[in-house]
Amino acid sequence: MATEVLVPLAGNIWVVLVNVGDEVEEDDELLVIEALKMENPVYCPCDGVVSEIRVKKGDVVEDDDVLMIIEES
Amino acid sequence: MVFFENMGLLALTPGMVFMWVIGLVLIYLAITKKYEPLLLLPIGFGILITNLPLSSLMAPGEGLIWRFYHYGIEWEVIPPLIFLGLGALTDFGALLAQPRLIFLGAAAQVGVYVTFFIAYSMGFSLEEAATIGIIGGADGPTTIYLAAKLAPHLLGACAVAAYSYMALVPLIMPPIMKLLTTDAERKIRMKKGRKVTAREKVFFPIIAAMVIILLVPASAPLIAMFMMGNLFRESKVVERLNETSQNSLMNIVTIFLGVSIGATMSADVFLRKEVIFIFFLGLFAFMISTASGIMLAKFMNLFTSNKINPLVGAAGVSAVPMAARVVQKVGAEADKGNYLLMFAMGPNIAGVIGTVIAAGIFISILK
Repeated sequence: MATEVLVPLAGNIWVVLVNVGDEVEEDDELLVIEALKMENPVYCPCDGVVSEIRVKKGDVVEDDDVLMIIEES
Repeated sequence: MVFFENMGLLALTPGMVFMWVIGLVLIYLAITKKYEPLLLLPIGFGILITNLPLSSLMAPGEGLIWRFYHYGIEWEVIPPLIFLGLGALTDFGALLAQPRLIFLGAAAQVGVYVTFFIAYSMGFSLEEAATIGIIGGADGPTTIYLAAKLAPHLLGACAVAAYSYMALVPLIMPPIMKLLTTDAERKIRMKKGRKVTAREKVFFPIIAAMVIILLVPASAPLIAMFMMGNLFRESKVVERLNETSQNSLMNIVTIFLGVSIGATMSADVFLRKEVIFIFFLGLFAFMISTASGIMLAKFMNLFTSNKINPLVGAAGVSAVPMAARVVQKVGAEADKGNYLLMFAMGPNIAGVIGTVIAAGIFISILK
């Protein structure tokens, strides 16, 4: 099953910490969103494999945009 | 001989030397600890130079810094210009998405009024008590604006107290926030507000300026400039004015603001026991404001199923955006996947407006 990782708060992508194909576990840090000069890590919602990443460093993201898709294992 | 008689060294007093220490401490904190450096650095330097005797920098009618002070602060030019820049920097989106959070910004003004009454009962005049109370609003330009109007002799102390406590928000607020909330409350994840349209954001500053100024005319200088700056931002057609208000103009007036405030703090004005009370009362105001925002959020939760995380209430103490960042940090300590930052910006910005209105009310009653 594919799980979408949504933007929890608007900002810009500070750094993406995983690559497509990486195995991830629940609560792993996937990427960091910078908002109001604060770095906010986004955590993985489930165990699985990163199947798609839709953002890159520097992108401006709005609430509820899809950041990446995790194929649940 | 004339040279020696005019040499400052001989006119030096111990109080002046003590003020050097205060000025140097502020400069030190600004440089090494990065405590509000944009303000504390020029303030610290202003304190230092104003306490060098016979320099006449602050001599009425002729001194260089006196002119900055007179035309910038006494004429009430600089604080409204800072508000123009703050308006251009402010995104009202968070507030418009959840208008109910405005009440939290209003609740955080409780500290202002409680402290006003306490300071008055301690023997400060009404004007002085109002100026001290407004420190609890944690808004520098508003504090300076009110002090210049009501109690200019307290301006330096109140401004330094306000800016110091704002710098210390990450130390002052978390213990109060943890004391007044349970672990379960800190873990509350809030529902996202509705989407705010670009058109609403254009209308907001226009309507807000009209409503607030019609209700509290004495708040007009600050509110008018704030909302015009915000209109520059949201209209998207005057990017050059928007950019200048936020950056170059704001930086220019900040220089004159900082050094002038520092220069009001001469030893004979500053080294009095009232100043110690001002610092204590200011801290007290700050703490009460933090607590009252949290308590109102808890109270509102009694009547709604769409729960508010009470930590967000603490951000009603303006100190934008530091207080909102602290809310985010404390929230994430309880639940690392909880993002309160944007929710906290609502009361945070409402707190700024609330403090300006509180100042406007003081001015209209006491002037």
